[in-house]
Parts: sequence; structure tokens; C-alpha cells
Amino acid sequence: MKKEITVTINGEAHTVEVEPRLLLVHLIREQLSMTGTHIGCDTSSCGACTILVDGKSIKSCTMLAIQADGKSIITVEGLATVEGLHPLQEGFKENHGLHCGFCTPGMMLRAVELLEKNPNPTEEEIRWGISGNLCRCTGYNNIVKAIQYAGAKIRGEELPSTEPEFV
Amino acid sequence: MIPAPFEYDAPATLDEAIALLEKHGDEAKILAGGHSLIPMMKLRFASPEHLIDINNIPGLSYIKEEDGYLKIGAMTRESELEESEIIRSKYPIFTDASKLIADPQVRNMGTIGGNIAHGDAANDHPAVMLALGAEVVATGPGGQRVIPIDEFFFGFYMTALQPNEILTEIRIPSIGAGTGNAYHKLERKVGDYATAGVAAQIAVDANGVCTYAGIGLTNVNATPLRAARSEEALVGKKLSEETIAAAAQAASEDCNPSTDLRGSEEYKRSMVRVLVKRMINKASDRI
Repeated sequence: MKKEITVTINGEAHTVEVEPRLLLVHLIREQLSMTGTHIGCDTSSCGACTILVDGKSIKSCTMLAIQADGKSIITVEGLATVEGLHPLQEGFKENHGLHCGFCTPGMMLRAVELLEKNPNPTEEEIRWGISGNLCRCTGYNNIVKAIQYAGAKIRGEELPSTEPEFV
Repeated sequence: MIPAPFEYDAPATLDEAIALLEKHGDEAKILAGGHSLIPMMKLRFASPEHLIDINNIPGLSYIKEEDGYLKIGAMTRESELEESEIIRSKYPIFTDASKLIADPQVRNMGTIGGNIAHGDAANDHPAVMLALGAEVVATGPGGQRVIPIDEFFFGFYMTALQPNEILTEIRIPSIGAGTGNAYHKLERKVGDYATAGVAAQIAVDANGVCTYAGIGLTNVNATPLRAARSEEALVGKKLSEETIAAAAQAASEDCNPSTDLRGSEEYKRSMVRVLVKRMINKASDRI
């Protein structure tokens, strides 16, 4: 039996009818047509479907849409503002933090919570913090740098160099 | 992957949740963090007809010291355990374990109660509970009952919880002076189940004689396993290299790992031996 739920996504309230078994990622991508949230492994391993629910990063392939009733969600579509890119988006852009981009929305949303809890993480804390997000293109060095860049920007400090490293 | 259809309720009180369990019996499952249950439902390994979501019930998430116990509400998330000051300062075994459970996003959802109530020997908290001598509180239509952890795990996904009961609290005897604990699991990659995992709690008196030893093993038996002979090998003795080696050897002999993609039986026994030794040493170092 379908039930009516109201979910606020990127500041906009959506009232929809859902079957209890509908996964949150399917609601977002298919019913609400926001395809920035990706489905990778579909087994809560890869992190491509990571979004923020009431400020906490979660894997939306392993949460029911009906569980999000009354909650506030941020997806990658909600990161940029009229003023421009979110510091994490800028960090990924400046540091070549992506190749194919499939993992990037999940990486950035995970990093939003990471930086909120720990505004100045060490490299190890960043790597541990994104251990639930898999990237199969770049390796993680530039992703770590992108998050460090965003951290510096959020803290209002001088931005680290974005010159690529040749090794 | 999409779960089979089910009916869904999200009661606001524990009484309502228990009434729903009474009504639906075996057809109902409790939804806590959902990170064991929803994957199983997506794979159609589980197809409950009713899902009772207890996430909206207030008062099931807390970490407090009271009446000689550390009491943890069943709906306490792994990430809350990781960030708790009481846990960090006094019960580092939880910090060891939480950090190794799945990954940060899963830990934002996964609960300690769900991890235990699932009855999976591959989960990490059960071995920790064995080491700490915990009790779990089950709440049903007749009120609460306290179950010692040694009487909780029956078999693969089988626990002492009745179909009309909900695990609501975990009680761990407060640790006194002279006590240390530690947990580690060998995992192939982040988010994997343990190849082998060992939890240890050790207490010694002023003369360095071991007065308490709790050793629990993860994923090397059909149920979470207490390494009873290892504990006996330690209690009443000084923690010498020989004593610890004997305890480690006993655990490697008494566990029942199966050969699978994580390693052969021999390899897992060997890892149990190594980890028991390391965790006893780490627990003693933390005294």
C-alpha cells in the first residue's frame, strides 16, 4: 500500500506517494529526476549514492524512501549556490579530483560531513573519512588534495597549491 | 535490487512497536539501522511481510554510566559510539571496534542493538560483548528481561529474543581500576567481514596476577565464540609470555573457522592465535 511522505530536498519540499519498498535513491533519481546521486554497487559498499539526511552522510541505496519522511536531504544538486561552486566542488575542479566523475557526488557529500565535524583533518583522517567511497579512476591523491583545498577555503586560510604532482 | 513488497509501520512508542510485534509475530521484522536487514531484503534472502521501523521511538539512544553499569541504548549509532567521550576515555575497545565496522556512512545508520540482535557471528559487537561480560535487555509485552550475553546467541541468525521482544539496552559492568580491553579484526578491505576478530578484556591485581579475562572471537564459529579455555589459562596467573602463548594456542584450537574466500581454516586458526596474543597484550598495556 502506498503512503504519502514529504521530503525536503535541497530546500524544496516534495510530497510524494511511495511504496514502502522504494529505496531512497530510486525516489531521488527516478521519481524526482535528480540524477546527480549515482547508483554504483547497490550494496552499500561504493558510496556513489551518498547524500546528506539531516546533515549525516548516508548511502541512499540502503535506506527506504519512506524512512526519509519529514527529513531534510542535500544532494549534489544542492551544493552550489547563486554565489558559485561549493568549496568542495571548487576543490575537486582545481585539483583534478575526478576523471569519470561517477564517484564524485558521493565523495563530495561525504566530505561535507567530514569537514563539518573536523574542519582541519589530517591526510590520514581524510583517507579514513572517505573509506566508504570508492574511486576506480584517479586513485585518491587528488581527491585528498581536493578535500584539503576545500578545508582551507572553508577555514578562510591561504589555499594550497593546485599544481599537479608528477611522479 | 528491490525488496519484495511489505507493509511498513513507524510507531512512536515502544508499547506500540511491541503491540505490532504481537500482532504480526514471525511475519514482522524490526528495522533499526537497516544495514544488515535492507541488504538482505534487496537480495531477497529476507522477505518480511511487515517492517516495524523503531527509528522514531524516542529514548532508545544513549550512553550513560549508572548503577555500576555502562548502559547503551540499543538505537545508539556506531558513529555515536565513536564520538562518545565516555567511550573514548574509558572503553577504548568500542573505539577499536566501531572504527572497523563497515565505513563512516554505514556507521551513521548502523546501531549497536541491531549489530547484536542480528545474531551474526561475523558482526563485531558480539565478541566485544562476550569479552566485557555484557547483558542485554529485551523488552516485550510483559516488560523487561535481562539476558546474560552467554545465553543470547543460539545459532546462525538465532538469538534468545522472542518474536514479540525488542532488544532495548546493552549493560556492561563498569570497568574498575586495573582493567584494560582491546579489539581488532583482520579484514581484507574496509567494510568486509572479519577474516578473524578478537576482543579481550583483562584485569590484574596489585601483584600483577590476572583476576579477570574475557575473550570473544568474531567470525570463526557458527555463533560468536567465547574462548573459555583461553580465559582459564590466564586467570590466577601472571601475564607472562608463556601464559599468553598458552591462551592464544587454546583459542586457535577451540575455534571452528571454515575455509572460504577469506582464507583457509589453518590460516584463520593461525590468525586467531596471533590476534589473541596481540589483544591480550594491548588490553594489558591499557591498564
